[in-house]
Amino acid sequence: MNTVADARLRRTGSLEKNPRLSQWLRLEHDGTVSVFSGKVEIGQGILTALAQIAAEELGIAPERIRMVSADTSLSPNEGVTSGSLSIQDSGSALRRACAHARALLLERAAERLGVPIGVLQVEDGTMRAGGRTTSYWECTDNALFDRDVEDQASLSNSPGEHRVVGTSIPRRDLPDKIAGRPRFIQDVVLPRMLHGRVVRPPHGFAGLDSLDDAKAKSISGVVAIVRDGGFLGVLAEREDAAIAAQRALRSAASWKEAATLPRDIHAWLKENALDHRVISEKSDGEAQSRKTRTLAASYSKPYISHASIGPSCALALFEGDKLTVWSHSQGIFNLRHDLAVVLGMSEEAVVVRHAEGAGCYGHNGADDVALDAALLARTAGNRPVRVQWMRDDEFGWAPCGPAMALELHASLDSDGNIVAWQHDLWSNGHSSRPGRSDQPALLASWHLARPHERPSAINMPLPAGAADRNAIPLYDFPNQRVVNHYVREMPVRTSALRSLGAYANVFAIESFMDELARAAGADPVAFRLRHLSDPRARAVLEAVARRASWSGWTPREGRGHGIGFAKYKNLGAYCAVVADVEVGHEVKVHRLNIAVDVGLAINPDGVRNQIEGGAIQSASWTLKEQVRLGERGIASLDWEDYPILKFSEVPSVEIELLDRPDLPSAGAGEAAQGPTAAAIANAVENALGVRVRDLPLTPERIVAVIERQ
Amino acid sequence: MTERFSLTINGAESVIEADPDTPLLYALRNDLELKGTRFGCGTGQCGACFVLIDGHPAPACDTPLWSIAGKHVTTVEGLGRPGALHPLQEAFLAEQAAQCGYCTSGILISAAALLSKNPSPSESDVRAALDRNLCRCGSHNRMVRAVLRAAAGART
Repeated sequence: MNTVADARLRRTGSLEKNPRLSQWLRLEHDGTVSVFSGKVEIGQGILTALAQIAAEELGIAPERIRMVSADTSLSPNEGVTSGSLSIQDSGSALRRACAHARALLLERAAERLGVPIGVLQVEDGTMRAGGRTTSYWECTDNALFDRDVEDQASLSNSPGEHRVVGTSIPRRDLPDKIAGRPRFIQDVVLPRMLHGRVVRPPHGFAGLDSLDDAKAKSISGVVAIVRDGGFLGVLAEREDAAIAAQRALRSAASWKEAATLPRDIHAWLKENALDHRVISEKSDGEAQSRKTRTLAASYSKPYISHASIGPSCALALFEGDKLTVWSHSQGIFNLRHDLAVVLGMSEEAVVVRHAEGAGCYGHNGADDVALDAALLARTAGNRPVRVQWMRDDEFGWAPCGPAMALELHASLDSDGNIVAWQHDLWSNGHSSRPGRSDQPALLASWHLARPHERPSAINMPLPAGAADRNAIPLYDFPNQRVVNHYVREMPVRTSALRSLGAYANVFAIESFMDELARAAGADPVAFRLRHLSDPRARAVLEAVARRASWSGWTPREGRGHGIGFAKYKNLGAYCAVVADVEVGHEVKVHRLNIAVDVGLAINPDGVRNQIEGGAIQSASWTLKEQVRLGERGIASLDWEDYPILKFSEVPSVEIELLDRPDLPSAGAGEAAQGPTAAAIANAVENALGVRVRDLPLTPERIVAVIERQ
Repeated sequence: MTERFSLTINGAESVIEADPDTPLLYALRNDLELKGTRFGCGTGQCGACFVLIDGHPAPACDTPLWSIAGKHVTTVEGLGRPGALHPLQEAFLAEQAAQCGYCTSGILISAAALLSKNPSPSESDVRAALDRNLCRCGSHNRMVRAVLRAAAGART
């Protein structure tokens, strides 16, 4: 909650950049309210949660809220739907806007009925006093919301009085998706639409040498082969013809040889860091002098693919000098900016409309395919063009979550307390999203006859951070030094993957905490608690230990349990996980017990769904996933080479949601990623007595560690 | 070389003109505008495009039109009766068994095939039956519960 003094400096959430009330909502003639948000549905249920917030603050039934799809010509610019910030930034702004709207409507009604505001009885938008009635919809006109949102408008209900917020109302988008009705970007059909595909080299881009397009041109229904430098695409009347032509072009194109990739990417990262930033330093000479032993360990995580089930898709249509693009981008305004730069257009001439895609889990091919569609549409003579990437386009060309190397050092005193801690991490940047650099961040723009320069991935600043997200431990250590070694050169294109660096940093910190607990002869839960003063952190650890019967664990051959904890970004949700694993030929995770504190949960079932989904995805990363690199590019281009967790391998997940209705809401989407990885790794150590420090925890890795013992 | 194909989709006859090697997926999505069957990988590895062919789940992305002459194809749109969802779909809604929902159609198809031959599956039966379908959001356990709920509902 902002104080009055804070509010003068900065408005609530997204109101800072979108202060007008009319940017957020409009009363419609049919008794509904249109709500505009720049945040987009990516399967996380945000449209449902935002509708709940609006309904609560307006005091109307949620069915009256119509969530308008984000559109650069209509919606507030709320940047990117990322970082588990939508409830915090968009939800808080929308809440203030709706509170202000309600106050204005009550004022109008009181005037109209000639009564003081205090005597109005309000129910679902109908306002009564002295036998007379009016409604929100009668009391509005175009001018009423044409003003800045008053950030101080009083909020209608305290948490104890909430009627819609805090309840698990069903997701509004699921009836269509479960019935199989058209809802996704992939399902959009426009009149006279052409189908496009883009042809890219098998491994790495260095330019197109030669091309014989005769066979592709001869395929029935092929309309055009489009070439601009090394950008090569095809337009066809039918989708299957476009795919057949893409295949024909692939076998008829000769590409320049791309640079070779490093053989040992983690060693290479350590050798190629240019910027070494100390992000946290604490010093206490007295505590330092008490150290009796020092431990060190190196950890690593590979490149990980977003691996959406639905390959990226976009549609583009030129009408005269105006371009409309349909996209499942997480940041439609930033995409518009980069499209305008590449196409040499003004931003005003480009409209980007959001349509829902498959889950993306970060920056995948969604933005790139939008430029592909626009480049092909430029030659399509005012016909709309739909492009969907194929599976190998997505695995081979979308950005990956960066590989990371980590080294941790810590010293214990004679009582087994940590007196000094050092954490070094080496990584490329974790964001190369559009709109974050002067150069366009869109794949095809680097391959054109007049190419743009590919920008390096960057890190967002702390406290949220990026590569260094969650690198600063939440524990109370008297001496502490954390260093982020940034690597600018990118052998593999990297960008944001769910939780960014937090996944690897928490994996390393929480693995090392267990190594230190073992050295100190302490129980891992008790060891954490004695270094942790934050009461909400202690509460989730204690809750998960209770739920998993931590102290009642019976050791059995091949079975192990382990714990992991983090406060996401050190700013957001608290999450603690206990894993129960069995290690035979491979690691089987039987159960994940999770305790989570997100403050006020707008939709508790939505929070559970996000936490469980995040934990299962993290289990998949941790047990199985690594992008395989060939000599010159990504070599894992299908699901056989990039396996993910299957139904029969998925653990049962039990979640305890700590009830904190009086505390501000924190996002739930990424909180489980790091703690789950650490809990599984610690459980594997508990089962085997050996520590695997390099992800993923595959049978080969485990055997190699055992053989080294 | 295009040919005329007569297809039986969700109990209705449709005629389309296409190359015999065209995957069924594109005939469904683009010629018949049945968008519930989704493209995921094009090689039958992910299950997003599963349909029932004579009652057996099969990837529409990897099934050429020539191979389905005389066979009955059921897509997600044809699981329920006109105007009514299939009990599995009702159960998926009741359990809120999805996140992004892109894999859902194919999973409903696999689950429908399972329940038609085994009306009382165990949890591990359900997991085994869905193992050819990938879900990236981590909604597996909710979907397993939904399938068990639908099975239990059908027995009562």
